[in-house]
Amino acid sequence: MKIGVVTFPGTLDDRDAQRAVRLAGAEAVSLWHADTNLHNVDAVVLPGGFSFGDYLRCGAIAAQAPVMESIIDAANGGLPVLGICNGFQVLVESHLLPGGLIRNEHQHFICRDQKLIVENVDTAWTNGFKLGQEITIPLKNGEGGYIADTETLNRLEGEGLITFRYSEVNPNGSVNNIGGLKNKKGNVVGLMPHPEHAVEPGFGPDTAVAMRSGVDGLTFFTSVINQLVNA
Amino acid sequence: MSTVVDTTKDAKQSPDKAQPWKELGLKLEEYENIKEILGRRPTSAELAMYSVMWSEHCSYKSSKIYLRQFGEKVTPEMTKNLIVGMGENAGVVDIGEGWAVTFKVESHNHPSYIEPFQGAATGVGGIVRDILTMGARPIAVMDQLRFGAVAHPDTARVVHGVVSGISFYGNCLGLPNIGGETVFDKVYQGNPLVNALSVGALRHEDLKLAKATNPGDLVILFGARTGADGIGGVSVLASETFDADGPSRRPAVQVGDPFAEKVLIECCLELYAAQVVAGIQDLGGAGLSCATSELASNGQAGMRVQLKNVLLRDESLTPEEILMSESQERMMAIVPKESLKAFTAIVEKHEVEYSVLGEVIKEPRLYINWGDEEIVNVPPRSVAHDGPVYERPVLYPTWLDQLNRDSVINNNLRRATEASELSEQLVQIVSSPNQASKSWITDQYDHYVGGNTALAMPDDSGMVRVSEETGLGVAIATDANGRYCQLDPYQGAKLALAEAYRNVASSGAVPAAVTNCLNFGSPENPEVMWQFKQATAGLADGCLELGIPVTGGNVSFYNQTGDVAIHPTPVVGVLGVIDDVARRVPSGWQDQGNNIYLLGITRDELDGSVWSEVIHDHLGGKPPIVDLKGEKALAELLHGASLQGLVASAHDLSEGGLAQAVVESSLRFGMGARFWLNEILERDNVDLTAALFSESTGRVIVSVGREDDVKFFGLCEARGIPVLRIGVTDASEKLEIQDVATWNLIDLKQAHSSTIPELFG
Repeated sequence: MKIGVVTFPGTLDDRDAQRAVRLAGAEAVSLWHADTNLHNVDAVVLPGGFSFGDYLRCGAIAAQAPVMESIIDAANGGLPVLGICNGFQVLVESHLLPGGLIRNEHQHFICRDQKLIVENVDTAWTNGFKLGQEITIPLKNGEGGYIADTETLNRLEGEGLITFRYSEVNPNGSVNNIGGLKNKKGNVVGLMPHPEHAVEPGFGPDTAVAMRSGVDGLTFFTSVINQLVNA
Repeated sequence: MSTVVDTTKDAKQSPDKAQPWKELGLKLEEYENIKEILGRRPTSAELAMYSVMWSEHCSYKSSKIYLRQFGEKVTPEMTKNLIVGMGENAGVVDIGEGWAVTFKVESHNHPSYIEPFQGAATGVGGIVRDILTMGARPIAVMDQLRFGAVAHPDTARVVHGVVSGISFYGNCLGLPNIGGETVFDKVYQGNPLVNALSVGALRHEDLKLAKATNPGDLVILFGARTGADGIGGVSVLASETFDADGPSRRPAVQVGDPFAEKVLIECCLELYAAQVVAGIQDLGGAGLSCATSELASNGQAGMRVQLKNVLLRDESLTPEEILMSESQERMMAIVPKESLKAFTAIVEKHEVEYSVLGEVIKEPRLYINWGDEEIVNVPPRSVAHDGPVYERPVLYPTWLDQLNRDSVINNNLRRATEASELSEQLVQIVSSPNQASKSWITDQYDHYVGGNTALAMPDDSGMVRVSEETGLGVAIATDANGRYCQLDPYQGAKLALAEAYRNVASSGAVPAAVTNCLNFGSPENPEVMWQFKQATAGLADGCLELGIPVTGGNVSFYNQTGDVAIHPTPVVGVLGVIDDVARRVPSGWQDQGNNIYLLGITRDELDGSVWSEVIHDHLGGKPPIVDLKGEKALAELLHGASLQGLVASAHDLSEGGLAQAVVESSLRFGMGARFWLNEILERDNVDLTAALFSESTGRVIVSVGREDDVKFFGLCEARGIPVLRIGVTDASEKLEIQDVATWNLIDLKQAHSSTIPELFG
């Protein structure tokens, strides 16, 4: 099982995503932005960071990178793709997911342990969760406010494409508390919080049991592996 | 368009030409000295180079004679793990298993007052490049901030700018921010302190040095293009006191692009791995003047440089400006000719621009040409290392006698007599700006990136894993108490060292090395020089007593507005090593039914304390006593207890005393606790005010599971550490201090965490 992790200039969480892939039991393959070759990976993670310095608009320049041509084609063909934070922004800029992400309502970058409700377990990346499960994973962004026009929002709600909703605190002013989305097929998922930062005891969010022991993010990666194994 | 340049030929032909040495910050005798070195007047380019390199900031001319003691007051035992000591870009410490770490703290105070956002941002950028230059991957940052009074109308401007600047730059670099300090005091009103620390990890064999040794090697400048930013920043900004109504010097502050730096980090690490660079130096203060002269001087070689090859953002820059420019995100590599192809392949992959400026020569001479014209011809050592050294006049400040006499006791400062008043004082203290939670600031920093953060704020130290195989890691804590240092700079520096040392030990690590950032007023003021002399002596003596070496640091003088100097603020950073970060100890309790022990003795030490500041707006007397032997014994006990897994939490007692510590430890995980103080009062013969608010050193509170009680007690007794059981944790969601009050944790949390957002949010 090989899962590709893309590195754009300015990507920050690529090594973290690779570690998450390894801890979940797959092989992590580094994909370079300027290379269209996906090296036969079975799934792709677009990790967080500030690709191309977030210049122009977050994710806008990365969406035009050569590697994205291949990823967009493959995603349309059913390849599982997970976009985390800046990766979510790249998915939106690539039109693999609808809507947009704007500056946090409170204007500050925010880093916090975020509670999310999993609203859709019918995706490549969430099938290991229970519907309605509350999970805690770190969130860290400056431009994570999800927006979409009313028609799109109605469609997202109506078709059940909203995959994660912020629980207790809406950290960035996202409409309808939207934290993450899936596409219709469920192979493409994007979210602002960072599952790759909650995969290893000792380095994740605090839990009621022990500090930094939260590993809710690992299920994203085991979900995709299970789906691929059972496919 | 052709630029008229001042060549070495011109310099010989017009020996008496008037030159703006004074405007560039040089003293007459320094200018005469340059003429003597060169045997002629300097060209304007040479004058620019000498002026920046001989500035206080670059040459350490006033501090050098005192900094020597950090290298002299050492034992062989202290230096046995030092791979690189002081004098390089950053010290390098062997932490075992083939790993080494390098860490350093540096100031960016003056730029951060003029332009807080860019000043703070480029402060982070600069220190990270220092770490990168040693061959290390930067793995974390911390920052030490001092702002003016919260009520002053200008403070919010500086706070907002500095915090967003650090957040903008640090987050974009992908380096976890794992801790730091924020202090408000009116003495920093016109001169905030913005210190930034970075730590990096490397394998021993990957060490790089800033040296140009082999003749024929190429001198390559790569990274961002050179622009007009920061010209004269070093000599004009960092080495001159702010004048209340002086001219605006905004253009002298550099502008940072963290994206360019992130790309540069990955590019450099790939260059190192490919072994294509023989030497490397970052461009920071003094830009090309510094990089060329230091590389050549360190390698005891020379260099020929064609300045027209420098890639520019602004074609109108003069040669002097190019030499002085402090444009960020640039590096200079020394590359063997046969490695050029491999070098260019890597930098081109990262889309980083580069240009070959020249080559290393055997003759220890730095020649810089502008086209066909020679504009610099100097011995590089004279620029980089043989700058002026001053033994500035030192004068004991007689006002200190009065200040030391003006103690809490002599003033008969009122102490609470009723429980209700004590209770109010406790809440007042934990919600005061300096003692309140700083999460409004630290929540703006990414502390997760990298996936190796084992501890971060609000725990006692920041801790990151270095080896994913074994869990080997490092912990860092920094401290400085300007109020203590104002009362006694010698003792104050030792106190800062003791506190950082204790913080690192509390988290389960073994203290191993020290860095510092010495923030002081004008060295031309003999009383400031006395403070500096005392503080450096205190720090060096303290390190010798504790047996841990200073590996490097930074001096920032001229921190004053008009004639009024800041409190001496020697920020001390202690780095500790932990064999497995899984063993780390948090600062608060998470389990109910654990016993809470106070280690150490409480004396009536309220001079300079938070209690004296918050309750009485008072500063006078003498700071607490430091017993470094006791601190060492305490650290060894904490390490032993942590190795055996006996302590569930440990929190050092410092500013705000026991009261502050129990509140923080309860709020850390929201677990309640009940305390009784009567045994402290009896054993240590102190009153309730001292028991709660005294800042006696050498004290830590730990929580211990009942099953480990006997073992832990035995350990304390065997090591002769005074220990008292003073409380027990419970699930009440309350904090109770018998004979004082009971608070709901939710109310305390509100009091502790709402102050800063209300002021600045």
